[in-house]
Formats: sequence, structure tokens, C-alpha cells
Amino acid sequence: MKTCASKFVDYMHEYLDGDISREHEQSLKQHLQTCPDCQQHMHELSDTVAFIKSAAHITAPPSFEEQVISRLPKRKNSVGIKRWFRQHPLLMAAALFCLFMSATVLGSFPNDNQFSVTKKPNIVVEGQTVTVPAGEVVKGDIVVKNGDIIIEGEVDGNVTVINGNYMASTAVVTGQVEEIDEMFEWLWFKIKDGFNNLMAVFSNK
Amino acid sequence: MDALVNKRIKQVLKGDQNAYADIVNLYQHKLYQVCFRMLGNKQEAEDIAQEAFIRAYINLHSYDQNRKFSTWLYRIGTNLCIDRIRKKKPDYYLDAEVAGTEGLDMYSQIAADEQSPEAAVEQMELQDRIQYEISRLPDKYRSVIVLKYIEELSLQEISEILDMPLGTVKTRIHRGREALRKQLNNL
Ligand SMILES: [Zn+2]
Repeated sequence: MKTCASKFVDYMHEYLDGDISREHEQSLKQHLQTCPDCQQHMHELSDTVAFIKSAAHITAPPSFEEQVISRLPKRKNSVGIKRWFRQHPLLMAAALFCLFMSATVLGSFPNDNQFSVTKKPNIVVEGQTVTVPAGEVVKGDIVVKNGDIIIEGEVDGNVTVINGNYMASTAVVTGQVEEIDEMFEWLWFKIKDGFNNLMAVFSNK
Repeated sequence: MDALVNKRIKQVLKGDQNAYADIVNLYQHKLYQVCFRMLGNKQEAEDIAQEAFIRAYINLHSYDQNRKFSTWLYRIGTNLCIDRIRKKKPDYYLDAEVAGTEGLDMYSQIAADEQSPEAAVEQMELQDRIQYEISRLPDKYRSVIVLKYIEELSLQEISEILDMPLGTVKTRIHRGREALRKQLNNL
């Protein structure tokens, strides 16, 4: 098989792409008339194009659109609301004030000195002192009102002491420890609590 | 069509998720077809085409509305396909065979309605073979050949979709055609 100048193969591709110059086209045509090898090559290329162009049209399955829509991420409201609060501190203060004044907060104000503690199976209560014994792990938050808490074991959650003392030496508390003494702090605690709940409601949307 | 698409895009950007359904509806077949031809497998094509629409939705704010939406969407889709092809390269030949079977199933469904069984068989073999040959092309030729001959896009559009100079697209199409020609001759 004789080898022709590779420019003729280039011209064939230019021709197939539809952007061949008149000059190149002329030159290619003349060459093809005299060269069976290049004629064969041109023929094969045309057949290749015809072959690939005969591919059947393919359509997406019927449920395609529906599935895409169902997979779209839901709009994140919580981000928007948090940003809104950050951009409108005055309105946030007003919102907190409403919460502050609401019946649930005021109604729950500890107006008596009664001792109370969150019920947990593995804590020991003696008088007004709550003890988490060594070796015990308490799951969840503990709130002690009008009493003290001694932690010798572990608490997997937050510890809040209202009008009392938190006593611990080697304690392990995974959450936050907070001591609250004043009425204002109690309200603040309730507000934060309420605010976090509010946030939780929005972020769960 | 572009005016309608741009209107829908504005609605989506304003938060109307339903407007996106119209966009999916308009382009689903084109995009699915590219993915199927690139990957040679129905399930993967569906997966990747859906993923492309979801990525387009998430990044819609970065789409330049002065350009063609289809170009942008094809770009996301072909990039995902190329990534997928590169990840599964070791069982390349195995996939090519699976691809043939897929084409056969699909085509036999289309063909059954409108053609005689003999014609259907003939066509089936051809369709089977086309997908097989596409699957055998190296991925850098496969994408240009699919965009040019299956989607019938202009070289300029292909160069935008694949983000490469027009000259590179031409070279790849030339080499892709030569590769296909050799494949068909070595029967
Ligand atoms: Zn010659």
C-alpha cells in the first residue's frame, strides 16, 4: 500500500467537518480520482459517519422528571432565619422580649423554694443533695432546683443548677455546666431554652 | 425557547422549585441520551443525568444567562460522565459488553411497535453494535463523537461544553473518526 501525503487525510476530515476551503477541496477531488487507496479511505470514513449517525434516539425513562424534582435539596429555612436575626438585632430583641413576657416563662418562674430534680434512674437523692455516684453514667440533661448536685460519675448531657451548688472533682460532663442563682438568670435561661427550641423548630422544617 | 428557559430560571432563583420541573422536562432526553451513549448503561445514565440536573439546580446562581443553558447543562453532564468513566476504567471491556445488552433491550422495546420481527432483529444488531463501538472509543474521543454525531452539536458548541479550543475539538473529532473507522475495519 502506497502512502500518500498526510495532507489528503486532513482534507478528508476538513471535508467531513464541512469547513474545507475551495482550494483544499479541489486538490482532494483531483487526488481521489487518481488514488484508489485514498478513495477507499474516504469511503470508509463516510461509512463510519453514516454508521454512527444511524444510532437510535434514546429517551429518558418516564419517571425521570419526577425523580429529579424529588431529589432536589429542600430550601434551608434555618439558615435564612438565623441570618435574618443577625441582620435585625432589634427585632430579635423584640422577639426575645415577647418570649420573656410570655405566660409560659413567667408561669414557670420558681416562686417557691421547693427542691426538684430531673428524674434519672441512677442518681441518689439525699435531702436536697443529688449525687451521681462514681461509676454511674447518666444519660441526658439534669436540672436541679433549690438543691446541690455532686457528680462523682459521668453525665452525658448538660447540668443546670438553680439556686444551688455544683460540686465535682473528677466528674465527666459531656455537655455544659451552668449555675443559676438570680431570677434574671433564670429568665435568661428560659429565654435561651425557648430560643433554642424556636431554632430547632425552624431547622427541622 | 431560550426566553422561556430564562424566565423559568428566574422563577427558580426566586425560590419557585416547581419552575425547575419545566427545565428538566425540556432537556431530560438530550442529557440522558448523552449520558447513556457515554456510559453505555441505563442505570448509570439515569443516575448521572439526574445528578447533573441537581448540580445545575444547586449552582443555578452561577449560570450566566447570556449563554445557552443547554451548553452549561451539557458541560455539567459530560464532566460527570468523564469522571465516572475514569473511576471504573479497570473493567472497561466488561462494561462495553453490558452496554450492548442494554441497547438491545431498549431498542427491542422501541422496535416491537413499528417494525417486522426480521427488520427489528437487523436493527437490533446495528444498534447493539453502535453502542459497542462507541464504548470502545477512548473517552477523549467518545465525548466529542457523541456530541457531534448523536447530539448533532456544532464544533463551536462542543468546544464550549468541553472547555477546550476549537482546534483541539477538531483534532479529537478527526482522531475519533479514524479510531472508529479502524474499529469497524477490524471486524
Ligand atoms: Zn492517495
